[in-house]
Amino acid sequence: MIEGILIGLTTALTFQNIFMVMIGCFFGTIIGMLPGLGPMTAIALMIPITYGFDPATGLILMAGVYYGAVFGGSTSSILLNAPGVPGTVATSFDGYPMAQQGKAGKALAIAAWSSFAGGTLAAIYLLFLAPSLSKVSLSFRSPDYFALMILGLTAIAAFSSKGQFIKAMMMVVLGLMLASVGQDSLSDITRFTFNNMNLTDGISFVLVVMATFAMSEALTIILKRNDPTAAAKQVSLTELGSIKIDKEERAKMLKTIPRTSIIGFIIGVLPGAGATIASFLAYGMERNLVNDKEKEQFGKGSVHGLAAPETANNAACSGAFVPLLTLGIPGSGTTAVMLGALLGFGIQPGPRLYMTNPEIFWSVIMSMYIGMVVLLILNLPLIPYIARILAVPKNYLIPLILFFSITGIYVMSFNNFDIYLMIGIAVVATFMRLYDFPMPPLILAFVLGGLMEENLRRSLLLSDGSWTFLWDRTLTTCILATTILIVGWQIYKTITKKN
Amino acid sequence: MNINTTKIISLLFFIFSVFYLYTAYQIQVFAFDENAPFNARTFPIYLGYAGLFFSGLKLILPDPNTIKVEHKTLEYKKTGILVLIAIIYGATILKVGYFLTTSFFLMGSYYFLGERRWILMFMLSFPFVAAFMYLLHGVLDIYLRDPFLKLIGVMG
Repeated sequence: MIEGILIGLTTALTFQNIFMVMIGCFFGTIIGMLPGLGPMTAIALMIPITYGFDPATGLILMAGVYYGAVFGGSTSSILLNAPGVPGTVATSFDGYPMAQQGKAGKALAIAAWSSFAGGTLAAIYLLFLAPSLSKVSLSFRSPDYFALMILGLTAIAAFSSKGQFIKAMMMVVLGLMLASVGQDSLSDITRFTFNNMNLTDGISFVLVVMATFAMSEALTIILKRNDPTAAAKQVSLTELGSIKIDKEERAKMLKTIPRTSIIGFIIGVLPGAGATIASFLAYGMERNLVNDKEKEQFGKGSVHGLAAPETANNAACSGAFVPLLTLGIPGSGTTAVMLGALLGFGIQPGPRLYMTNPEIFWSVIMSMYIGMVVLLILNLPLIPYIARILAVPKNYLIPLILFFSITGIYVMSFNNFDIYLMIGIAVVATFMRLYDFPMPPLILAFVLGGLMEENLRRSLLLSDGSWTFLWDRTLTTCILATTILIVGWQIYKTITKKN
Repeated sequence: MNINTTKIISLLFFIFSVFYLYTAYQIQVFAFDENAPFNARTFPIYLGYAGLFFSGLKLILPDPNTIKVEHKTLEYKKTGILVLIAIIYGATILKVGYFLTTSFFLMGSYYFLGERRWILMFMLSFPFVAAFMYLLHGVLDIYLRDPFLKLIGVMG
């Protein structure tokens, strides 16, 4: 492991890679701050650029963007009460009231330090746990992988949004259907191409992610321009206040950070749970752990209430890399985008990744830690300046998002058909988003579609067409039992809600 | 049963799943693969049934979280124009070239979104696209097809 860490450090500490982390953190913060544009959009916008680099550098850039965007989301939560991403919704519970009390600078500083501490602790957990988990995952067979993918897709649907389980499952199926377009991987038989040569290779992952996130986000912003509920509240940059944290506040943070980093990391490791659940759980747990006097402060600008979700969502971001790097199963929509990028580089994440490509495995882990340090160094002094991006007029922002999306597809295929297809998918996605059909399950399903079919094919061929492979192995049964528990819990919640 | 837009979307998804399932059954597989436990049409058939199941469930079950969208407040016209500009951009990018079409696309989009500061609009289109092209083509070595720039001798 020491050798691996050294390889990772050597790769991560090159001038080019440190520069990439800095660029990634900076742009990620800016994109994450823009309401509606979360880490997934930020990473999606970076994918075409990363194809110009070697895989390790590309991934390091994306990791930087990821952390930056999560922190950027917290900034808009605190300043505007407009969380850029679901993972930072809980941050606004106490961050926004604190900003309203003229302590926006302090709230941003607490968020920055908590993010740093949460991410750092999680990077340490990742450093020691990822190889062990990787060894455990070597015992996985095709039926286990198939079951794990079912679990991942069900879990992301279950946790996607309150009371929207069926909608999310519909999006999962739609994602899998889109992934089935093109040549069958084994027999090369074309499916759902309708004799269109442009569809023979299937639909590009970048196309789907750009259409469903960046482009449909831009169209949604224009569509809802006159919606009074969507109008962003302006904040005076002169009211940011001091960014210094006093002794009492530091003591409170020191209590909150270690415990919420553990819960955040564990939740992040579970496929489908992610930063949103982690931040809400951490907030709820912290509220139960503090004394009555502090409990009353929750929702009114509590330091515990701000530090807990911020620590947890960053720890969850690191945790989400465990199933991605060791099993090849993304733990969240964002890591699903990263999985697509990895596959684009010709790298198959999984148990053997740290044996076959140790420089990639370890450099990503090491650059996560470096990313945390860079994020803190960059963001603390830049807080007042970074916040100015919130004032970018949408008249410029939207065309630029569309421009980046279309350019991303153009440079990949030089094909009009792909541009039309992207616009078509974006229009449908925009309409579906209006009615709360979640997009992350679609992306996760689209990415996992090919792997899922492959593992089902192997399992069914090995068991001669019998579905007994689902309960032949203890591990498969355990994973499927967890899936059933999650679905059962959703049904139970729906029934109790009605009553 | 309360008919709302979510139900209509679910109905459309149900119809789409029927079509998908029908097409899945039409996939031609090799003769020796016809009776294999798994062939090219197996997974799509399962997906078709899954689509029918979930969209059917959404259609049948009551919807406690009905989403009400205020259509009057939505900017359909501007969004439509923007989509149209994007389609024109897509249609001309290969023939005219990246530089001109992208610059005009940006200028047009700024204008239709209500921007009238011409100098800023120009700065964020032509010079911006030129700088971006230099980054992609010159620095990152990503090929950008541009017949116009080739014609005037700027690109090789």
